[in-house]
Amino acid sequence: MTETSISAPRRGVPLWAQVLIWVFLVGLLAIVALGLRRAQQGTVQPGQKIDNFKLPLYSGYQIDGQSEINLEDLRGKVVVINFWASWCKPCEQEAAELEQAWEEYEPSGQVVFLGVDYVDTEPEARVYMKKFGITFANGPDLRTRISQYFRIKGVPETYFVDKNGVLQYVQVGPFTSVEQIHAQIDPLLK
Amino acid sequence: MKDVHAKRFTDYVLLLAVLFAFLFALSFTLTASAQEPTPSDDDVNRIAKQLYCPVCESTPLDVCPTEACRQWRDLIRTMLTEGKSEAEIKQYFVAQYGDRVLAEPPNRLASYLVPAIAILLGVLLLARGFQMWIKPSKAEAASMDPQGKPQQPVDPYIARLEEELKKQK
Repeated sequence: MTETSISAPRRGVPLWAQVLIWVFLVGLLAIVALGLRRAQQGTVQPGQKIDNFKLPLYSGYQIDGQSEINLEDLRGKVVVINFWASWCKPCEQEAAELEQAWEEYEPSGQVVFLGVDYVDTEPEARVYMKKFGITFANGPDLRTRISQYFRIKGVPETYFVDKNGVLQYVQVGPFTSVEQIHAQIDPLLK
Repeated sequence: MKDVHAKRFTDYVLLLAVLFAFLFALSFTLTASAQEPTPSDDDVNRIAKQLYCPVCESTPLDVCPTEACRQWRDLIRTMLTEGKSEAEIKQYFVAQYGDRVLAEPPNRLASYLVPAIAILLGVLLLARGFQMWIKPSKAEAASMDPQGKPQQPVDPYIARLEEELKKQK
């Protein structure tokens, strides 16, 4: 018996093209899914350990003369991170309360306020800080790295980080009284 | 005689006063022309339209109506007055707010390579799709007899199979 080989003609889409199409589609779906997930995630949630970040500080608004602050250097202290901008009208509502709270906690040395200036211009930011008599540390959110990490939805937003670097509370929108700020900081000092 | 001298004196005083007023006015004109020229709105917008507002997405800075954009346009004007070049101003905005403020992507290989590969893949897939779409109609046309009636479909695979079967017999 002779062995005859019959080769079937190629039909339809070649295998490599099918693989390519599927890889492309799955990749596209993965990108869309990641984008949707990120959009629905909201801000970082309480209970999450906050990674280290560097904040360059405006001259005149530095901590111990340092032109840059590392969050890690503030471990052991309660850190209040306030996102604001000079063009943000709601930020003006809470500026005086934040400064008052800072002046009350500053002597204890256990609390640090960090103002993160979101997509702003330095001249306007300085006018704003002078107008409201801000004295706590402030600096620009360069390339919006810090706000992207916190996934802020707008300004003002304030994040309360405990002595171990764990986020404990998120305030979306302005504070209406200094007592609101006390209510978040005092339990973290105990 | 006294009147003539008095009149001449008055004329000299008047002439001096006019001359002094002229020189005084001229000094103002010279001062004004010596000032640094202020960048026009067109100068500012020429750079602003190459940047996008990072707050209100997909809005070029030159037409963005928000307070933040107004501040950024003012900053561009200030930097132009300071003698900063267009490239320096754009670099400052990128350093402050990130690449996303640029209307055109930064001039990096990946900025062009990724879209180019995506377009190439798309073209290849489309070409393949069209090829598959056209092929069956050609086959159908070939299967018509001269009268336009459909012939028995001739599948080369089946034809070869039948040929081999005949050989086996």
